[in-house]
Amino acid sequence: MAGNSSELPAAGMPGKSGQAAAMRARAVAYLANRQRFRLIEGLPWALAIAAYFAFPDRMTFGSQILLMVLFALSLDLILGYAGIVTLGHAAFFGIGAYTVGLMASRLGWNEPISGLFAAAAVAGFAGVASGALLLRYRGLTLLVLTMATTIMLQEFGNLYHDLTGGYDGIPGLEFAPLFGRFDYDLYGHTIYLYALGVLFVMFMAVRRIVHSPFGAALAGIRENVARMHAIGSPVHGRLLTAYAISAAIAGVAGALFTETNAVVTLGVFDFDTYSAAVLVMLILGGAGRLYGAFAGAVIYMVLQDYLAKLSPSFWQFGVGLLLVLTVLFARNGLIDLFDRFIALLKRTARR
Amino acid sequence: MSTLNSIVSILFDGLAYAMFLFIVSVGLSVTMGLMGFVNLAHGAFAMAGGYLVLTLTGSMGLPFPLALVVTFVTVGAVSVPFERILYARLYKAGELDQVLLTIGLAFMAVATYTYFYGPSPRTIRLPDYLMGQIDGGIRSFPVYRVFVIAIGAALITVLWYVFERTNIGAKIRAAVDNRRMAQSIGIDVDRLFTLTFAVGSGLAALGGGLGIQLFGLNPSFALVYLVFFLLVVAVGGLGSFKGTLAAAIILGVCDTFGKYKFADAGGFIIYAVAVLILLAKPAGLYGRE
Repeated sequence: MAGNSSELPAAGMPGKSGQAAAMRARAVAYLANRQRFRLIEGLPWALAIAAYFAFPDRMTFGSQILLMVLFALSLDLILGYAGIVTLGHAAFFGIGAYTVGLMASRLGWNEPISGLFAAAAVAGFAGVASGALLLRYRGLTLLVLTMATTIMLQEFGNLYHDLTGGYDGIPGLEFAPLFGRFDYDLYGHTIYLYALGVLFVMFMAVRRIVHSPFGAALAGIRENVARMHAIGSPVHGRLLTAYAISAAIAGVAGALFTETNAVVTLGVFDFDTYSAAVLVMLILGGAGRLYGAFAGAVIYMVLQDYLAKLSPSFWQFGVGLLLVLTVLFARNGLIDLFDRFIALLKRTARR
Repeated sequence: MSTLNSIVSILFDGLAYAMFLFIVSVGLSVTMGLMGFVNLAHGAFAMAGGYLVLTLTGSMGLPFPLALVVTFVTVGAVSVPFERILYARLYKAGELDQVLLTIGLAFMAVATYTYFYGPSPRTIRLPDYLMGQIDGGIRSFPVYRVFVIAIGAALITVLWYVFERTNIGAKIRAAVDNRRMAQSIGIDVDRLFTLTFAVGSGLAALGGGLGIQLFGLNPSFALVYLVFFLLVVAVGGLGSFKGTLAAAIILGVCDTFGKYKFADAGGFIIYAVAVLILLAKPAGLYGRE
């Protein structure tokens, strides 16, 4: 999880005011430099658009990949950047999914984009409420509490199965055409572009956040929380803000799930299919680096699509093995592995 | 009379459940207390024990009590290479790494057992002397649950004695209290950990074997019941024998109460109780702040 913290400008003693101004300028330049777009960042988006033309009959699956990228991205914000280990992120995904599902089935509100905003608001509020209580804890207590609250939500949904449809879910949801114009086709072309658009907007927002001074403060909390307290950083407030933003984004991902599948069941709160899977995706791609969520979710979903068809238990074994190998040998994820491979190639080429 | 009757059944069944929770969780609590190692694969050892008992009593024809003993020893022994080869590499790593490694192991275990035993729930054929009811005055009690409670009580006594009255128990308590201090006075904490890990995994397997009759057994046991084991450990306080026992009894009885009294909302209560206790005492009932 070694992030960009090592690149921070060396802090000297603030001597004369000129020196302080120079340091300030250097810090601003550093933050501005982090924001700069690099050409390589266009690659995943170009691939996503290319996929639209290359696999016209797999677009429903494609939209599932994109929403899992978004879900993994939301986890990256709190796990990769702020260092909060949670086993219950599916709670917010599920809340978002049910917000849209219940609005469409019970209130008759089926306009998709306002649904995303509603899901973000409800999930974000849940993030503030649960974060205010849970983020004071660390270690096993936090793991258990996040896991238990997610299961409680699932049990709660099951208790009111008249409303939520229980494990059978709310089937056959219908959503209004996008922007009132673009209706949904059988092959999911509209859905794919819709999901891609939402992902792009959210991705740029998260990118802006993690490269801001606020993002730097989150990395500081991850690397050394005692020092952040010592320099007077409002640690709990920062974590809570990050947690709420992350919850809202996970809620949007969940809302997209309901809108793209036209069905929502209590399965969205499952530990192994969502809370743990999203963790696996992020770790696979590389936590604490934006495009890790992208790479990890795509690889995970495509592998799952191939292997689970052969045999579900074969796939589950593969995921487990992949996790063990990643932890032991590729701790910073596949993108990092790729970076190191490229660096190795460059070094050999130079010789 | 019927109120008394229902109180007695909740306490009795709750206690049987609590003994199951205690037997499985105590090893997890001590190993977490010793090394701070978050082991999400603990449920997998319990599941492995369940299936081993199933095979031993089924196709091998071993008597049930003997199968439990063999399972305890076998799974305890098999857990040692896991600990030495995989876990030992991550003692100094962060909790995230430990979580990921052990979730990975749990997934692999679930997949392996699904492959060999199939996904559907399995039941066990108990010997005749463990079937039926015992007349207990105001009502009769199922023999099997009495048997579980008796084994639980016996194990509590033995473990308490080892913990509180033997040299090795004193070393474990010292290492849980302050690992570095214990190391500096010459206690080999690594070896102690291997030992408690093996015994803890063996006990989990024993608990898994005992649990078949109570809950049925399928491969998802490793993940579904893991939450309860973690709740017991967290609520009791890491590394605390007394805490694990108290938490197992509180959660076991509360869960039974919930399920008997509120059919639909019953599953809720164990989580609600655990979360409330943890919010009030983040380090658990007997944990060190």
